[in-house]
Amino acid sequence: MAGTVPAAVPAGKRGTSPSPAAAEKTWVKWTFISLAGLVLLWLIVLPLITVLSEALKKGWEVYIAALSDPDALSALRLTLLVAAIAVPLNSIFGVIAAWTITKFRFKGKNLLITLLDLPFAVSPVIGGLIFVLIFGRQGWFGPWLESHDIKIIFAVPGIVLATLFVTFPFVAKELIPLMEDQGTKEEEAAVTLGAKGWQIFWRVTLPNIKWGLLYGIILCNARAMGEFGAVSVVSGHIRGETNTLPLHVEILYNEYQFSASFAVASLLLLLAVITLLLKNWFTRKNAH
Amino acid sequence: MGLTVLYMSLVVLVPLSALLLNQTGLTWEKFWSVATDPRVLASYRVSLTTAALAAFADMILGLLLAWVLVRYDFPGKKWWDALIDLPFALPTAVAGVALTAIYSANGWIGSLLEPLGIKAAFSSLGITLALMFIGIPFVVRTVQPVLEDAERDTEEAAATLGAGRWRTFRTIILPTLIPPLLTGFALAFARGIGEYGSVVFISGNMPMKTEIAPLLIMTKLEQFDYAGATAVALILLLISFALLLGINLLQHWTRKTAR
Repeated sequence: MAGTVPAAVPAGKRGTSPSPAAAEKTWVKWTFISLAGLVLLWLIVLPLITVLSEALKKGWEVYIAALSDPDALSALRLTLLVAAIAVPLNSIFGVIAAWTITKFRFKGKNLLITLLDLPFAVSPVIGGLIFVLIFGRQGWFGPWLESHDIKIIFAVPGIVLATLFVTFPFVAKELIPLMEDQGTKEEEAAVTLGAKGWQIFWRVTLPNIKWGLLYGIILCNARAMGEFGAVSVVSGHIRGETNTLPLHVEILYNEYQFSASFAVASLLLLLAVITLLLKNWFTRKNAH
Repeated sequence: MGLTVLYMSLVVLVPLSALLLNQTGLTWEKFWSVATDPRVLASYRVSLTTAALAAFADMILGLLLAWVLVRYDFPGKKWWDALIDLPFALPTAVAGVALTAIYSANGWIGSLLEPLGIKAAFSSLGITLALMFIGIPFVVRTVQPVLEDAERDTEEAAATLGAGRWRTFRTIILPTLIPPLLTGFALAFARGIGEYGSVVFISGNMPMKTEIAPLLIMTKLEQFDYAGATAVALILLLISFALLLGINLLQHWTRKTAR
């Protein structure tokens, strides 16, 4: 489906050895490997190293100062808060959606599956725009919200909503193929043995999808903490109030405080690296 | 499945757009004048061409990466495989500032290209490079599983019958890879058209030249031109929906040919 990619099977386990005639010559093989290595180095490793080298260009003191700046700390707090709200909500939604789609038959199922693709297909900027049109001053609920003194756009609730929209498919998309493969046999057996709905879910379904679920959650978390376009539209960029870490990177960069900007960026890079390490671990567990 | 998407676009998109048109005071005249504004048209052209170029480059590089990761064993392969996902996990703003640093005139690659008269950052080349970074995992991760499932027997048979390795690749392997390659292309293309964070820093944002459509939406919003922003967004949405439909059809085709 658009925007999602199946969890990769752990590499290195599949080295089938074909007969020499159906394999490339050794020099061809190593040329391809070297070329692939260069591509990887250029496209992916170089940006990674750049973030670190730019962050530490002016030394550790500048680095530490950039991270302990009150605005950076408040951006970090907001990012953590938004993720703490969006990730659990979307995880619960994801499990329910995947459960409904794979274990039951109903009309409009395909429609639901397609709806799940929506946030991936739509530009994040448009995702933000939708909320401005609904809750902004000129939006549908704008006058009502204003008369009740509730702020959504250019405030934290708007950021949470935009993040919810952008990250809602991750968990469901990860679970659907997994649950589809497992089918409903084990659940049916549980019913025959007299288990109730919740019991079936906790004792049968959940243990089966555990690793896939964790994988979906960390992907959802990475996106929730790193979202830029959608959050940028609804945030209003108020320092110390509605600034998330990615937005803080932008503000510092536009003020030509490059080292500080990259220092904050390196925090987000750390998030990405942890995400990848966990992802690898989960997929390996999943394969067993 | 394809029909469902079409149905969805009609059922959801049309009322949605009708509502939006009313709400922001956007009339058809206004919509038309925004949609045909030269600056707006230029932004679509920039977005579409750079995204297409990047997706095409990703298709070739992604095939190479997927091939090497599936077919060969070598030390460190596990780590290579894990690195492919970095563009998924890395916040786009971080990618944006890092790529700008690499390709600007005093950056690691930018300083090498500068004497050759090639301006990498703040040009459409820069946008393309950023979109290549964002799109590469889409191609690798769609081609990889198909390549893994491919029956090696047919290749062995071809070899027994005297076909060279290159001929086997062209006539036996490549045809099975075309659907996933196209799907990967379409996914990277769709992502590229909507991408914002990684592009704004490197593009230079010159109207008519390096201004992408999502940025134009942002600019119009900052000027409180909600009607204008909505108009630009609606066309972008339409393009995305058409692509979503195409991708679903392609994936259907992939599943069918894989069997």
